[in-house]
Amino acid sequence: MKRQYLLGNEAIAHAALESGVDFVSGYPGTPSSEVIDHLRVQPERSFYVEWSVNEKVALENALAAAWCGVRALCTMKHVGLNVASDPLMTSAYTGVTGGFVIMSADDPFAHSSQNEQDTRCYAHFARLPCLDPASVQEAHDMMRDAFRLSEEFELPVIFRPTTRICHSKGDVELGDVAASPRKGEFHKDPKQYVVIPAHTRILHKKLNEKQPGIKKRLVECGYNRYEILGDTAVIASGIGASYVQEILPAGISFMKIGAYPIDENWLGDFVKKHKKVLVIEELTPEVEEQVRQVAGGVPVFGKKNGYAPVEGELSPPLVAAIMVRAGFLPENPFPAVVPEPNLPMRPPILCAGCLHRAAFYAIKKVFKDAIYPSDIGCYTLGLQLGVVDTAICMGASITVASGIAHSGDPRDVVCTIGDSTFLHTGIQGLVNAVYNGANMTVVILDNRTTGMTGHQPNPNTGKTACGVETPPVSLDALCRACGVNFVETVDPFDLAGTINVLSLAKKKKGVKVIIAKQMCVIMARRAGVKRHRYMVNSEVCTNCGTCVRFGCPAIEVVLEKARINELCSGCAVCVQLCPCGAIGREVSR
Amino acid sequence: MTVSFDILIVGIGGQGTILASNILGEACLIEGRHVKGAETHGMAQRGGSVESHIRIGGQFGPLIVPGQADLLISFDLLEALRYSHYLKKGGMLVVNRHLVLPTSVFTQKIAVPTEDEIIGRLKNCDLCLLDADAIAADAGSVLAQNVVMLGAASGAMPLKPESLVAAVRKLVPPKTIEVNIKAFEMGRKFEEKC
Repeated sequence: MKRQYLLGNEAIAHAALESGVDFVSGYPGTPSSEVIDHLRVQPERSFYVEWSVNEKVALENALAAAWCGVRALCTMKHVGLNVASDPLMTSAYTGVTGGFVIMSADDPFAHSSQNEQDTRCYAHFARLPCLDPASVQEAHDMMRDAFRLSEEFELPVIFRPTTRICHSKGDVELGDVAASPRKGEFHKDPKQYVVIPAHTRILHKKLNEKQPGIKKRLVECGYNRYEILGDTAVIASGIGASYVQEILPAGISFMKIGAYPIDENWLGDFVKKHKKVLVIEELTPEVEEQVRQVAGGVPVFGKKNGYAPVEGELSPPLVAAIMVRAGFLPENPFPAVVPEPNLPMRPPILCAGCLHRAAFYAIKKVFKDAIYPSDIGCYTLGLQLGVVDTAICMGASITVASGIAHSGDPRDVVCTIGDSTFLHTGIQGLVNAVYNGANMTVVILDNRTTGMTGHQPNPNTGKTACGVETPPVSLDALCRACGVNFVETVDPFDLAGTINVLSLAKKKKGVKVIIAKQMCVIMARRAGVKRHRYMVNSEVCTNCGTCVRFGCPAIEVVLEKARINELCSGCAVCVQLCPCGAIGREVSR
Repeated sequence: MTVSFDILIVGIGGQGTILASNILGEACLIEGRHVKGAETHGMAQRGGSVESHIRIGGQFGPLIVPGQADLLISFDLLEALRYSHYLKKGGMLVVNRHLVLPTSVFTQKIAVPTEDEIIGRLKNCDLCLLDADAIAADAGSVLAQNVVMLGAASGAMPLKPESLVAAVRKLVPPKTIEVNIKAFEMGRKFEEKC
């Protein structure tokens, strides 16, 4: 036993090691990425680990490993589970022999996501057990236990931490890393693994028959527990339970829900012992719905009668306010304070020397009155540059582009997608667009990594998750194989060259692909790439604003002249923009 | 309610708030104390405003409530003002005298308070203002400004300086240990002037 100060995701990864995990797969997505990032750099590794091309691929890989009797972990963010939902739903029917844990990290408040969906609903829908931790320590403990529970139930177990668990830190009690005694072996059993109608009808029945046992067991495990302290009660789940515990007055009963499905009889017994109950949970009223079903005449306070919000994340003052409103707390212990008004915001921004900014500039220059569907990645920040008109989910830049192109809107359609996103779910859209004769331009922003989530390798980079060399996929050959005739690779830092190729594409009909290739500037810095910095000759600068409008954080205005600060990484795009020739290489000062 | 000592560290993505928070967490472990924290990861780190919450002795949630922080450490003047409402009455504010203007200020010509205006608006707090970049440069590397800031704030923390030094030693890259220890001590010396 040892105690360490760890990020939630690091504690979760360590728990997988304590369970002797054999097989790990996943696709990066905030807030889940650090689990595999932690596992893939372990110096001594007895398990298999991969970054898969998307979540469906990851889940199917891990499911197969669990069918072979080994312990498998599959990680993703909540929206990744949408991509993986097809195998998820039927994996509940087939079940598993080796422990199989699917980590789907939710993001209430959409800190870094396109929506606020709740993984607990998927668990409910698929009839799979789901663990929902309230703290970093509990996340660790639940992940450690989840493999065993999965083996016991012979079902995949969904593990659902949220941003405030994954990206929280705490002093965590850790166990020892365990070596796995298991070796994969597939036992042929078509009745289990070939879900033809005759088999699947039986498997569905078996899945339903497992439910009562699971509910009882989750109470026995102590994930769902209560303490009766008075005639009113608060029922809380997830991080909300931690907020409640910090301010819960004496004499109020407390029920903590950490696992689903909830045993209705057990829940009903607790609720009926009280005069009123308040339910505190993030996102959907998953617990509250069940409480209402068993409450009889006991008044229930929660989201469904407007006491708590259905959107966003909880916070200690918000939980206190809900408790005051519902009469569970005399006054809010956290008096409201007012932030300083009217400060300029500081949103995230594309880095100085980011290839995306240069590519977006060229796109806008050539395709002035066009529609710009885009995708999920750092380049979604191109919104600030006016070159992102849509972003809905991974891979949807290309499909939205072809949809708009076929809709009858006469404008040009130019979509942008990153290399990792293209390999995730972009290819099918491209095949479809070519097959059905769309007129559109696809710009693949190839920064040689999966940037936004922390620089994970992908099939385009020639390295596996563990750094082993692997044949890199050729985006050019892949696009040609999809039937695209116009495929050109450009260096976005060469503005004139990029503009030239985009202009050629603009004149052609059909689907055109331009691969704008340049290493992510953060990766380049780490790889030791050194470029000369640039500076503005203030005697030549006319303060025309051309370089400033480019939006690079290295370019400022000081005393009515442009100035390049120390963030400059030497991409030299501003040199090509300046109409006065005022920008040149930095000379030592 | 439990009594925790709540420290909020704020800055701009890339300035080293996460390392600073790790050093505090490690120092708590050395002293055998519970600690909870929360921080910004993901896209928001790309030059955006970032925050690290550290609750020394914390047993429940990781988030510090606005108006409840005992100590606010800011690596940037504008961010100090943005998060100043997190401080409780009598809480201490340690700020690097360094102002990075958001790029939108230039591209969209948004009004921004001057350095002096910001400092004027922070005067209501128990303020310790220092040029951590210059002190870090003196110590041997401007990159150690985050450790200078911890040194300058260390007197206000319920942690022993030797625990913090041990934590610095454990967490910074091996080649930079000496520079960082020097940066910490120089920050600590500066605090006496506050």
